[in-house]
Amino acid sequence: MPLQSTMIELSRHIVRTLLGIKWALLALALLLAFNAIFTDNFFEIRFQDGHLYGTLIDILNHGSKVAIVAVGMTLVIATAGVDLSVGAIVAISGAVAASLLVERGAPWYVAIVAALVTSLALGLWNGALVVWLRLQPIVATLILMVAGRGVAQLITDGRIITFEDSHLAWFGNGALFALPVPVTMLALVAGVGALLTRRTALGMFIESVGDNEQASRLAGVPDRAVKLFVYTFCGLCAGIAGIIECSYIKAADANNAGQLLELDAILAVVIGGTSLMGGRFFILGSIVGALLMQALTKTLYMLDVSADIAPAPKAIAVVLVCLLQSPAGRELIARWRSRRRGGSA
Amino acid sequence: MSAPPIEPRLDAPALLKAECMSKRFGPVQALDRVDFELRAGEVHALMGENGAGKSTLIKCLTGVHRPDSGRIYRGGRAIAPASPRQAEREGISTVYQEVNLIPHLSIAENIALGREPTKWGRICWGQVRRRAQSALDRLGLGIDVSRELSSCSIAIQQLVAIARALDVDARVLILDEPTSSLDRSEVARLFDVMQRLRGQGLGILFVTHFLDQVYAISDRISVLRDGRLVGVHAASELPRQELVSLMVGRELDLVEPVRSEVDSTRDAEPVLCARALSRRGSIEHADIQVASGETVGLAGLLGSGRTETARLLFGVEQFERGELLIGGHSVHFRTPRQAIRMGLAMTPENRKDHGIIPSLSVRENIELALRARGRSRLTGAQRRALAERFIRMLNIRTPTPETPVSSLSGGNQQKVLLARWLATEPRVLILDEPTRGIDVAAKAEILREIDELRRQGMAIIFISSELEEVVKACGRVVVLRDRRTVAELTGERITEQSVLHAIAEHHD
Repeated sequence: MPLQSTMIELSRHIVRTLLGIKWALLALALLLAFNAIFTDNFFEIRFQDGHLYGTLIDILNHGSKVAIVAVGMTLVIATAGVDLSVGAIVAISGAVAASLLVERGAPWYVAIVAALVTSLALGLWNGALVVWLRLQPIVATLILMVAGRGVAQLITDGRIITFEDSHLAWFGNGALFALPVPVTMLALVAGVGALLTRRTALGMFIESVGDNEQASRLAGVPDRAVKLFVYTFCGLCAGIAGIIECSYIKAADANNAGQLLELDAILAVVIGGTSLMGGRFFILGSIVGALLMQALTKTLYMLDVSADIAPAPKAIAVVLVCLLQSPAGRELIARWRSRRRGGSA
Repeated sequence: MSAPPIEPRLDAPALLKAECMSKRFGPVQALDRVDFELRAGEVHALMGENGAGKSTLIKCLTGVHRPDSGRIYRGGRAIAPASPRQAEREGISTVYQEVNLIPHLSIAENIALGREPTKWGRICWGQVRRRAQSALDRLGLGIDVSRELSSCSIAIQQLVAIARALDVDARVLILDEPTSSLDRSEVARLFDVMQRLRGQGLGILFVTHFLDQVYAISDRISVLRDGRLVGVHAASELPRQELVSLMVGRELDLVEPVRSEVDSTRDAEPVLCARALSRRGSIEHADIQVASGETVGLAGLLGSGRTETARLLFGVEQFERGELLIGGHSVHFRTPRQAIRMGLAMTPENRKDHGIIPSLSVRENIELALRARGRSRLTGAQRRALAERFIRMLNIRTPTPETPVSSLSGGNQQKVLLARWLATEPRVLILDEPTRGIDVAAKAEILREIDELRRQGMAIIFISSELEEVVKACGRVVVLRDRRTVAELTGERITEQSVLHAIAEHHD
């Protein structure tokens, strides 16, 4: 009986989620269908030396970084906040890991733990500004966004620190369960995020704070703790993305790591159906959003569209998805449907 | 100065006519072939329970919604307003329950907003002020139009909203629950204005939940139920009892006594005891105590400090002096969360802003406080059962427990809030205006439920601006005036007269 009811609950979640993110899924499906017709070997996946290779795997691999950050960003946005500092945290996280490893000769695991703890602390800092100083989230996180790169430069002493440590490099280049490590990490982060928010009351508290903060407080929801948590969690996600990025290029580049990542992450969240006004959120939607953008980029490259003008067609696709799920778009679709139904009756 | 009041002309031509209006929202047929007619020089009350279709009809008439079918005629000419602005151009203006004005602009700016007279692209402020002044004069209000709107009372703001609505040569004025936040004298003032406008030949469509007010001002009454028109009557020919029966669709005993026996727990140890609570700018002196199995009313005029007292008790704001004892322990809550952990619960006055979480489901809204308190370890299935139990118990009308609470009517939202707190099994339940903006039947249900809870041993603090309710529901009434508790009435001594007297005492 308990198992059965758990299954019912689970299926209900799945249905709700799928309904919430149907446009992002539809766009992704259309894009894949397009590639199935026009791109050779798009769906081909090879298994070699315990690794999976193929275009789809590439998309997953390269989309993971944004997707991981987008998972954290989803929760922040669900509380009607935003975190602009994720790109800077990516840079700091990489800088901490690389400089500890190279300059201090610390073991790789110490470097990683230190980088994650730093990211966690930076997220907490954002949360503290929002909760205790009651700064608007956009201002509170702008501080770290602007200052963070400077901090990263300080840590790396203004240089690009390169390393050869195979353990650290594994996080960006290795494979786990036949999949690239970043993809496994994404699954891990998304799984933890989903467990935390859906198996406990936390998800409901986040939605409730984002939807009506005053009413939530009056209902006894620990609104401050909820906010502290989401910013801290988002910081941690950015820290993980930072390790993946520096591990991938085997270097910490304080200037370019995570550049404009905050905007990609916010876009992924919005495409995924979570409203910037807060409230209902869709972690899976944000991941689909991030992968959709990566798939689009990949498709454009494969069509020999130059990297310089690729953002333009990308923007058009993003606008389309956003239009479809905007209130006006939904109304239009509802009207079109009811007219069709009226016509056939 | 104003035209002498003319007799309402029952045979006057239709200013506004709607035929066979239907509107569907998803599975809900909100309007089902409704006819409506508003004549020149009449006040026409639109009555119905929550969810009967009043708001939908108004929104169709004013271009907010497009009806699925039906026709609207304005002075015999077919119109199809696609926006409130187009409706305004047809002479149909609306004033909603909540004042939709800009608090930090002056009265004159608010009246002219969006249609400022310009010359060479510049706004003629002189003309703005003159027009605003004449608009207020038309309502018989002598207020300085350069005052900032937020410095005026809610009642004045409401009248300014009406002045703004009339500034566009409105012939049809729709007032959607204009009186729900006004006190008696303010309502009288509003009615003066309405009579004046009726005398000028306007047609006024008036929505309210207060029966007294309907009979005080209306010429005709249209009643909606479940999206259908169930009757149009001259107010003088429709007895109250019959009106209520029409609205709820069954006979209702209006004078049903809720309080039957005298409280036997009168001398019991109080669960909550507040002594001389004060907070600058909020409350000067509040004494109140309530024992288990007792309902204590807080009565007083608007602004007398009822809500503020409730907020101090519940830890929304902190008292600066005085003492609060819960179950004999002195407490000083810094957050509502702490109050909840001590067994307190409060449904707030402002249901929309402080109560419901609109996009969460009915079930989640019910679970919220219980899960936020964090002691219960219920499984998903148990929580669903809990929500379903309260939905049945309080007769909450919702298609499913997973429906977003925002799509429920006001009365059902209030029941959801009640359920949210009952789920926490509180020792003390503070109800701030639990029946505001709720139809007659739901009101009776809620009052009955409150009394049942009292019987089961809950300590209840009941705040309402409707004296009739306070008198019926409470075994003891604490009267507030000018932010101080000034009197306490018990048992048989509680009558509307005695409470009114206590409120008014020493005033003159």
